[in-house]
Amino acid sequence: MHWRLKQQRYALVGEVCPHCTYRIFPPRDICPDCGEDARDIYKFSGRGKVYSHTTVHQAPAGHSENAPYPVAIVRLEEGPLVTAQLTDLGEEQVEIGTPVEMVTRKLGADGDRGMLVYGYKFRPVLAER
Amino acid sequence: MTDKPDAVVVAGVGMMPVGEHWEVSLRHLALEAMSAAQTDSGGLRPQALYVANMLAPALSGQSHLGALLADFAGMQGVEASTIEASGASGGVAVRHATLALASGAIEAALILGIEKVTDKASSEVQAALATGSDSEYEAVQGVTPSAQAALLMQRYLYEHEAPSDSLAGFSLTAHQNAVTNPNAMFRRAIKPEQYAKAPVVSEPLNTFDVAPLADGAAALILARASTLPNGSDHPQVEIVGSATSTSALAVHDRPDPLILTAAAHSSREAMMQAELSPEDIQLFELHDSFSIFGALSLEAAGFAERGAGWKLAQNGDISLTGKIPISTFGGSKARGDPGAATGIYQLAEATLQLQNRANENQVPDAAIAMTQCLGGSGATASTHILRRRY
Repeated sequence: MHWRLKQQRYALVGEVCPHCTYRIFPPRDICPDCGEDARDIYKFSGRGKVYSHTTVHQAPAGHSENAPYPVAIVRLEEGPLVTAQLTDLGEEQVEIGTPVEMVTRKLGADGDRGMLVYGYKFRPVLAER
Repeated sequence: MTDKPDAVVVAGVGMMPVGEHWEVSLRHLALEAMSAAQTDSGGLRPQALYVANMLAPALSGQSHLGALLADFAGMQGVEASTIEASGASGGVAVRHATLALASGAIEAALILGIEKVTDKASSEVQAALATGSDSEYEAVQGVTPSAQAALLMQRYLYEHEAPSDSLAGFSLTAHQNAVTNPNAMFRRAIKPEQYAKAPVVSEPLNTFDVAPLADGAAALILARASTLPNGSDHPQVEIVGSATSTSALAVHDRPDPLILTAAAHSSREAMMQAELSPEDIQLFELHDSFSIFGALSLEAAGFAERGAGWKLAQNGDISLTGKIPISTFGGSKARGDPGAATGIYQLAEATLQLQNRANENQVPDAAIAMTQCLGGSGATASTHILRRRY
């Protein structure tokens, strides 16, 4: 399950379609744009902008400890959208359009007493970084 | 599926009030709805049972509802199974029944929508609901259906530069209609000021943007018109359009998350079968689990342009006396949200409207109604069009 996805969870590894150059994340082997076979590995930069955001207060089992936590849909600079928690917000007020970058963090647990799951989150890009 | 002798018609309906039925088990709640529908049909015995449910395995430790409930309802031997498409299960189950009836293989079918959510704690319910989203790329991040609706609403208000209270009308209309529905879960009208001051659930969603998920059971008996005895008590209501469609499951996998392509496609398909267009629809029981889906559904079905659905809510077009009444008995927002049973409630309520049995909630002279339920933030949509035959 989670171990099968470590390339995607820790490194944003997706695919690029050799027919139409569409960048695909997560990888799905059939290009959603042109419908052809697409299995060439492509590693995304991890940079993007906030497409939408909100805060989860009523958390599902396995995430209750972390509530409330911010989540977003991020537009990666190569095109695809991904859903992820936001992190390291500090004083930052997240807005649609805020530039963000991918980091690897603990996402939660698999059910209320399950094993810990790690994966990508996104944090605001600060001028100094 | 038009004026043929083998038209598929609604022969009976039964609905339990949606609510917290602490005292009643899943199977007993189901039986009450099934019995009510059979009585309403004049005692028809179905050859098939379709059960619409999504949460029983996770929250009640019970799968295999077809066999359980067919036996419990005294329908031994009847072919029975569960249809699951998240919140769209009800409509999809009716689609399957309609196909079986139209094929001539069976004469009557019972479609039951059943959901029991009150036996488990909120975090378990949220986790169970999240299995209707993309488990590997959405649920794993701790995203819930509420969070997905919030993300869509946030983007909607931003892209269309709509005011923060632009979706209030969905909730106001639903609650207004529920005042005269004795079976509704919430029966008090709400005022715009209450919407403006409502506590935030998941910004920008507030408590009035979220329908209350609770226990529910509703059933329909569908039959081929040629097999029914003449001279029924009520006008015959025919299913003239029935279509299910799917889109990308994950919200982020959709080319434009603010367009519900499954809803658009199934609406178009159902209208084509019925040879009707949006102007012909006199009431629309849409999926209002969250107010944002009210706006997006109106747009997908062609009642408003992309980004303009909220205006129909603001200007009163969606009220009982408006151009396109929705949530005529209170919708999921005020009648209550019965999860996978939603589609069955919608069809039962639309049937009552067309049979002139809606009492104080009657849409005047209603002859053509549309219903649509959504699954997984719109990944599945099942649309039906009903027409009064005479």
